[in-house]
Amino acid sequence: MSITKSNAINTLLIAGLLFAALCAHVLSEPFIITMATKIAIFAIAGIGLNLALGYGGLVSFGHAAFFGIGGYVCGILASHARNFEPLTTWPFEFSGTTSMLVIWPIAIFVSSLLALLIGAISLRTTGVYFIMITLAFAQMIFYFAISWPTYGGEDGLPTYVRNSFPGVNTLNPIEYFLICFVLLLITLILCSIIVNSRFGLALQAARQNVRRVTSVGIDVYKVKLVAFVISGGITGLAGALYTDLNRFVSPSVLSWHTSGEIMIFVILGGVAHLFGPLAGAALFIVLEFVLGGFTEYWQMWLGALLLLVVLYAPKGLMGALNASWRSHG
Amino acid sequence: MKLKTIALAAAFSVATCLGTFAASHGNKAKIGMITTLSGGGAGLGIDVRDGFLLAVKKFGEGHVEVVVEDDQRKPDIAVQLADKMIQSEKADILTGIIWSNLAMAVVPATTAQGKFYLSPNAGPSALAGKGCHQNYFNVAWQNDNLHEAAGAYANDAGFKKSFILAPNYPAGKDALTGYKRFFEGEVADEVYTQLGQKDYAAEIAQIRASSADSVFFFLPGGMGIAFMKQYAGSGVDIPLIGPAFSFDQGILQAVGEAAMGVKNTSQWNKDIDNAANNDFVASFQAEYGRLPSLYASQGYDTANLIISALKKAAVSDADAFRAALKAAEFDSVRGDFKFGSNHHPVQDIYVREVIKEGDVYTNKIIATGLTNHSDAYAGDCKM
Amino acid sequence: MTTTLIIEQVLNGLQFGVMLFLMASGLTLVFGVMGLINLAHGSLYMVGAFACAAVAAATGSYWLGLAASLVVAAMAGAIVELLIIRKLYSRGHLDQVLATFALILVFSEGTRWLFGSFPLYLNVPEILSGSVELPGGIHYSLFRLLIIVTGALIALFLLALIHKTRLGIQIRAGESDREMISALGVNIDRLYTIVFALGAALAGLAGAMVGSLQSVQVGMGEPVLILAFVVIVIGGIGSIKGALVGAVLVGLVDTLGRFLLPELFAIFMDPASAKAIGSALASMLIYMVMAGVLFFRPTGLFGLNA
Repeated sequence: MSITKSNAINTLLIAGLLFAALCAHVLSEPFIITMATKIAIFAIAGIGLNLALGYGGLVSFGHAAFFGIGGYVCGILASHARNFEPLTTWPFEFSGTTSMLVIWPIAIFVSSLLALLIGAISLRTTGVYFIMITLAFAQMIFYFAISWPTYGGEDGLPTYVRNSFPGVNTLNPIEYFLICFVLLLITLILCSIIVNSRFGLALQAARQNVRRVTSVGIDVYKVKLVAFVISGGITGLAGALYTDLNRFVSPSVLSWHTSGEIMIFVILGGVAHLFGPLAGAALFIVLEFVLGGFTEYWQMWLGALLLLVVLYAPKGLMGALNASWRSHG
Repeated sequence: MKLKTIALAAAFSVATCLGTFAASHGNKAKIGMITTLSGGGAGLGIDVRDGFLLAVKKFGEGHVEVVVEDDQRKPDIAVQLADKMIQSEKADILTGIIWSNLAMAVVPATTAQGKFYLSPNAGPSALAGKGCHQNYFNVAWQNDNLHEAAGAYANDAGFKKSFILAPNYPAGKDALTGYKRFFEGEVADEVYTQLGQKDYAAEIAQIRASSADSVFFFLPGGMGIAFMKQYAGSGVDIPLIGPAFSFDQGILQAVGEAAMGVKNTSQWNKDIDNAANNDFVASFQAEYGRLPSLYASQGYDTANLIISALKKAAVSDADAFRAALKAAEFDSVRGDFKFGSNHHPVQDIYVREVIKEGDVYTNKIIATGLTNHSDAYAGDCKM
Repeated sequence: MTTTLIIEQVLNGLQFGVMLFLMASGLTLVFGVMGLINLAHGSLYMVGAFACAAVAAATGSYWLGLAASLVVAAMAGAIVELLIIRKLYSRGHLDQVLATFALILVFSEGTRWLFGSFPLYLNVPEILSGSVELPGGIHYSLFRLLIIVTGALIALFLLALIHKTRLGIQIRAGESDREMISALGVNIDRLYTIVFALGAALAGLAGAMVGSLQSVQVGMGEPVLILAFVVIVIGGIGSIKGALVGAVLVGLVDTLGRFLLPELFAIFMDPASAKAIGSALASMLIYMVMAGVLFFRPTGLFGLNA
């Protein structure tokens, strides 16, 4: 496949998302804008996971931890600010905030820190053991969130309105979509820079052959850990955006279903394709929505469709799209 | 993208509105119902939906159009559907949520957009007290109510020492607090189980070892089925008390013999003798071929409340419509029904006993637990 | 807290562990022999429970129901293996995860379509309900005792099968060198189908027995699936012995943790918050144990390599 052709598909995808949202705005179908926003947010989360899973070969089944922590950072900061209850009084008084520009860096920082902690321990293992140890950490946080009453426990934490962004009315669906869309673009660019950097090349080489990479003097553990931390940070940002989309956060975003869903988006779209998570999230969310309209048992048909994709498009959606483009072009 | 639109009355409405209904009776509203229709908890959502649609079919022709959507029991999906109902479907009233954690997501989002929300099931304490809202009405109960009645009943039955258990999540904590609020005896032990736990051997062993004379438990859904079967098989014979959720029509057949004779508290039962209830029970059976459940009764009441308010005021006149809802002038299947200052019910809560009618397990009322009961949070609500 | 209570709790832990073993043994065999991550294993557990409840309700015989759970789950397993799973052996783990996740959706909603949205009735038969008195004055549920015995027998049977029979030799050979055994003329396709159906049958049996104690409803398999994965990872993937040790360990830690942790915290805290914090910690305990085991033994207790 030539670079330009795959670029054309990528451009089509991203333009399609923007076009769908703008059309929906013109036709005043705000729910379609909400769906497009959800796709953009989960695409960001998926891009984060893809960095670890696709490029680094680190199959994390615990990314709900980062997504959820990002979400809770957003929810907690906002609820403290709204209730005028300072979050900390020592060493300095910090009263929470409702500014997205402050919330995002904190969400990224906290979830990266968590990824550092979980990654440092989990990277001792490989393969299925890595899958399961990341799940174990996510489950610990999930059960903690359910039974910790301060921020609502299982009932969750409503933030009532979206946080603010200078010059934008975030409660207007299309304006909030554009914020998420721009962040999606930034994430895509950032990720493509990382993947093509010396670090990214080392990461991909380490996935394929640890011994060869070690022999040229690269510390594989450190490379993987850094990738895992960046991955966690990006997914954490998506979590913060998701809280603002719903004006609500609850432990359900920390459950293993969320980890599974993000992973499904990545695999469905095509592992280690920059735009794979976007394609996967778009297909899944649109299918969920369309099938839900036909039958009460729509999940059965969703399952059947996913099976067909796995069996007949082994390289994911992006793989299939690129292949069919080639055969026609 | 047209979804499950059940425009029951739409086709008739043009014809009938012109004819039978006077102008003031012709108020129409679009109702968005978000409820759980897939996965393990689907039974409850289906009952609420069926009860609601039955009332719409019987009394609401020309008044209401209902759009139903499946929330998959996920709070994030539920709140996105609420946005859809309000923004795309232009619904005036939302209803249907079964679970407290979903209600906590949907209710604030709905009232913040100036729409009405009527809860047919969940009643978290946060929304009854500080977080109450003039456009939020609860037609079922505040979460603590049935547990409080259980505590009151335990006093009446002469119990002195209760072993109490519930899952470790907010509704579970509310349940035990509610029970203790009214129970005057001593608490033998207080146990929080894991949410979703299905094996209660460890807890039953603790119950056996305790010197309690009664056991109060709140374990909704499959948790309750598992607990009761294991309790019956354990040979421990300390009497059980619980809220109606584990003894409901849909669940009771799965528990079977193990539930016989257990006392449970509920604001409704099929044997409450009034015209509205007799009509409801008969027509529900005729329509769906099964006995109605507590959830179906709540869905039915919710729809009738909306219809009664629409007969008095248009939903576009929010103040008048709110006053009409608040007046609650409809024939509730549970008999007397009125709203308290925080828009939560003031009602009688009964004690039921599980019995067998032919091959079917069901309940009969044996006592009244609390009369004209409101809730503990109304004082915190400033509307 | 009395000694009898503690012994009773240990028995409960053992019974829970044995149940988990029935689930985990199939999972670990399928992974060890075919290299397949099967998320749909919990669905086969559900299929077993529903088959048992349906047949028991239709015939009035619990034992026929139990037999049906084995047969129907094995058949479901074999059909799925022949139609779908077979195409996934050569794929990466990620494709397997996606495909078997899709299978969960099909199984769950398909079951709901067939049996409706309400839980099904299935109870322990009269003859096995009630409790027996063990030495030392301990009353213990007869059915739970039977589960422990059944599980122990199945564990012995599996160990014997793996180490003493022709099929076992083929399975072990399949784990270590796939090309070799097909070169030796073993019908590898048939071997895979048999192993998959065997694992499915064990899961189905576990579902039926647990279903009689707990509840038979859609989605019952998912929490158990996660626990079964925890078990095989602690034990070391592919090892039946590891699955047994892991299962009993998880069963005991979970049961005793739920019971002892709140008591422990009550020593230095007020009772109400001790209960809450103790039970919160108890629900995280097995994951802490898993993380701890993997920290010191990155391939589980009995695993050779990842």
